[in-house]
Amino acid sequence: MSEEIRHEWPLFEVFVRAKRGLNHVHVGSLRAADHEMALHHARDLYTRRNEGVSIWVVRSDDVVSSGPAEKDAFFAPSGDKVYRHPTYYSIPDSVPHI
Amino acid sequence: MSEQTTAGDQMTAVERTTAGEQTTAGEQTTAGERAFAETIAKDQRVEPRDWMPEGYRKTMIRQIAQHAHSEIIGMQPEGAWITRAPTLRRKAILLAKVQDEAGHGLYLYSAAETLGADRGDLTRRLIEGRQKYSSIFNYPTLTFADVGVIGWLVDGAAICNQVPLCRSSFGPYARAMIRICKEESFHQRQGYELLMTMMSGTPEQREMVQDATNRWWWPSLMMFGPPDADSPNSAQSMAWKIKRHSNDELRQRFVDMTVPQAEALGVTLPDPELRWNAERGQHDFGEIDWVEFKRVIAGGGPLNAQRIAHRRRADEEGAWVREAAAAHAAKQAARRAGSDA
Repeated sequence: MSEEIRHEWPLFEVFVRAKRGLNHVHVGSLRAADHEMALHHARDLYTRRNEGVSIWVVRSDDVVSSGPAEKDAFFAPSGDKVYRHPTYYSIPDSVPHI
Repeated sequence: MSEQTTAGDQMTAVERTTAGEQTTAGEQTTAGERAFAETIAKDQRVEPRDWMPEGYRKTMIRQIAQHAHSEIIGMQPEGAWITRAPTLRRKAILLAKVQDEAGHGLYLYSAAETLGADRGDLTRRLIEGRQKYSSIFNYPTLTFADVGVIGWLVDGAAICNQVPLCRSSFGPYARAMIRICKEESFHQRQGYELLMTMMSGTPEQREMVQDATNRWWWPSLMMFGPPDADSPNSAQSMAWKIKRHSNDELRQRFVDMTVPQAEALGVTLPDPELRWNAERGQHDFGEIDWVEFKRVIAGGGPLNAQRIAHRRRADEEGAWVREAAAAHAAKQAARRAGSDA
């Protein structure tokens, strides 16, 4: 019984906002029975030393992610568009504030 | 293996199958193998969803699990002193420290789960003796001075081992180690401060510190593992950049760091052969009792059976809480579903 139950505690991903003005950042995962318990566990596990002012928990199986390779064809469209970067454009040094 | 489609650092069963197929292309170097070799060569991090050799995956799961188990079992020697701490201040510090050890274990189980391991399964492997933990935690904590010496020497040795692991090639492990190292510093300093306090006390208190140092010094040196010549997995772990320094190299570093700390404290490290070698620019030290090391690892330490029995009891006695929480969550979910309908 306990073996089955243990597997019924799903995995949650934890995101912490370190201080106001910053984004929430992924810090790790934990197991909990539900979202409320996940929040409490996340507080105890990931913010024991004032590391956060806000926490998000998300069921791991609710997260959709891009393909396994970190740099695959999915990101190819942005690879050849150098004109999206400011350094692509040459402006004479004499022109100020640009 | 989990059936869950997981994200972030997690790897799904489907993706794992795809990655596996890449290796079946015969003797040719596959794209996955090339990418992995390139990542290692460039000193970049391997992430869970990347292709990796099966040996690398197995080694990482084994090492991370063993490390997690060590943190969890490591709560016991000091936890035994929480109710007997001499002041409220020391009790609060010790509580925080033991809570940190639990946290470290959980960061590491979280890292292991990114490789498809299941933490419930890892706990079972620990309880059934199929996975190991650091042999240091099989020694008893006889006096309150042991709490200080564990912080100073055992956590000091752990820091020596763990700082290079912050650059380990497996991303989730390296990130967990960064969090852990930040917190370990508190552990070592509270231990040393505790010992300084005792050393400024009565002759009996000073004797307790010396006695604890005598008992923990050699087991602390064993924490770095067998000598390089007798460490079969080291070469592969170094090639994969899981490890950055050899066992003997880290052990030497620890000895050199600790000698001046012992002098400042006013205790003698129990090794007549310990002396500065000006030629090497390092300390020489005596031979470690590797027979004892192997005996303790094999389960013959003073407290191996007790540590595992305690862990098993905690798991069994907590089972009803886990079941009740799951039942409550299921009931709440059913209620919400009912009110939505």
